Amino acid sequence: MLKDFIRSSRAKSPWIIHFDCGSCNGCDIETLACLTPLYDVERFGIVNVGNPKHADVLLVTGTVNHRNKHVLKNLYDQMPSPKAVVAIGACGLTGGVFREAYNVLGGVDKVLPVDVYVPGCPPKPEAIIDGVVLALKKFAEKQQAAG
Amino acid sequence: MARTIIPFGPQHPVLPEPLHLKLVLEDEIVQEALPAVGYVHRGLEKLTEIRDFNQMVQIVERVCGICSMIHAQCYCQGLEEMLGITAPPRARYLRTIWSELHRMHSHLLWLGLFADGMGFESQFMQCWKIRERIMDVNEATTGNRVIVSVNVVGGVRRDLNDGQLRWIGSILDQVEAELKALKKPLIDDYTVKKRTVGKGVLTAEQVYELGAAGPTLRASGVAQDMRMTRYAAFDELVFTPVVETEGDCHARLKVRYRELLASIDIVRAAMRALPEGELAVAVKDKPAGEIVTRVEQPRGELLYYLKASGKKNLDRVRIRTPTFANIPPLLAMLPGVELADVPVVVLSIDPCISCTER
Amino acid sequence: MQNVTPVTIAELKTACQAAKAEGCRLVTLSCAELDAETVDIIYHFDKDLSLKHYRLTAKKCEPVPSISDIYFAALLVENEIQDLFGLSFSGLVVDYKQTLYLEAEVRKTPFCKYSVAIANKA
Repeated sequence: MLKDFIRSSRAKSPWIIHFDCGSCNGCDIETLACLTPLYDVERFGIVNVGNPKHADVLLVTGTVNHRNKHVLKNLYDQMPSPKAVVAIGACGLTGGVFREAYNVLGGVDKVLPVDVYVPGCPPKPEAIIDGVVLALKKFAEKQQAAG
Repeated sequence: MARTIIPFGPQHPVLPEPLHLKLVLEDEIVQEALPAVGYVHRGLEKLTEIRDFNQMVQIVERVCGICSMIHAQCYCQGLEEMLGITAPPRARYLRTIWSELHRMHSHLLWLGLFADGMGFESQFMQCWKIRERIMDVNEATTGNRVIVSVNVVGGVRRDLNDGQLRWIGSILDQVEAELKALKKPLIDDYTVKKRTVGKGVLTAEQVYELGAAGPTLRASGVAQDMRMTRYAAFDELVFTPVVETEGDCHARLKVRYRELLASIDIVRAAMRALPEGELAVAVKDKPAGEIVTRVEQPRGELLYYLKASGKKNLDRVRIRTPTFANIPPLLAMLPGVELADVPVVVLSIDPCISCTER
Repeated sequence: MQNVTPVTIAELKTACQAAKAEGCRLVTLSCAELDAETVDIIYHFDKDLSLKHYRLTAKKCEPVPSISDIYFAALLVENEIQDLFGLSFSGLVVDYKQTLYLEAEVRKTPFCKYSVAIANKA
């Protein structure tokens, strides 16, 4: 019974961790704006946390470069399974305008399996919330599969 | 007690961006701080080799999403000087209006993050609620909330009509009233003062020698603001820099708060004096020569060094951002600070890491 | 760009000391590649909102004296130039040894167009 309770609460009240890879801050501030009164994702039970071991969903903004890929991988590995990854913004998807720069590896999916892609430069907070809601659906499916 | 080294970052709850500091501590007191950067380095200055000088406007806008408009303004202003053209008066006024709106949303964002860094979450929400009004203005007048992309080499791409100007005026009235209401619970508050007064103090001589820029410099009593160099519409508008003298975190808070109110007045004055006319002049030549140009970003002095030799690609774009200049002062602020105050002191320079590393 | 004074490696430190004595603030250093062997390093100083510049034309293979002992603020930018242009600064207060921005697996000195060709020839 306790197991069922934890399972349903993880999907109904997901905790989110945000990591800025090599973003220009545009996507970061829009992600943060989702938490503030106008958009208020806390009404969905979503809480932003700083500790990867508490988190269910990882939001990644920006391009992956040679230095932060280790940090990103490390954060992902520390999160308990099942987990979902949302890549935010043109840079997180493919590298965006920076794709040809020498220190840029490309999108987040070069390092991690990505569940949801949110396009835009930067995406509007509404789009980010949409992406997180979609990630929760995938998260629930992963839980089902894990039993 | 023996010395301990505590890593601060790169992923840290109070920092939206990855900055890594190695803090050498003796008991709870920081003795020394060493920065490790490079988590956001993309190398976009090099992109000038594959993008032409017009396309570079879109690249430099993405140096930093918080002050993107001001980066593009500085870059265009430099190229215009190199090409020997001047943006039309209306374009210079519009640039001033949008850049001051950008400064306001950046400072409100910082006020919120700073409050959150102290654990004052309700003020974080309050500041960001006010900020959404400015974001609405950005979206309604330019089509994007963050990367407004209004600058082109030679002028601006968008205009403001009378209806929009009136509407912006009414938004500014609301923002001003809400900001004034914020003074008591944020600036004059007992707990906020306890957390900020006397923390991370630097004297005027120290900040100047360490090359600080922007509010970090002005909070220690040095009256330097690049808007005093009279770029854009500042040659016709009245401008006085905001200066505080204590040089601690509270002074830096006050400088930014007063600059917010000053920006409202600048936008109002620019809207009143907005001249009629063209939005942009045509660019016929290819740029050649060397130019150094500066503007005031929310975080301080921004410098662009541009070098070209008559080709469609520039030879070198060098960007010196204010946070880059404010890291040495930060390293000087941290020794003697308690570990629990480190987030407040780090946030007090308004660090923008994506600017710093480009 | 006005107010540019050329300096040599030998004069650099005295010139910077003189600038400091005059009360100039070091804004930054800019580096640009000239050809296969030389780079331009421009030292930007500010006093009362007017800029002055020192231009040092340095050979890539010769170490440039660091001014981080005169202006501590030069520390980061000198390390940045070491990373991006492969120059070396002697007497840096803190030397990141070309790892300020870049990891070892990245191609070294991305701003030098010519260095790769020279390495291939050798």
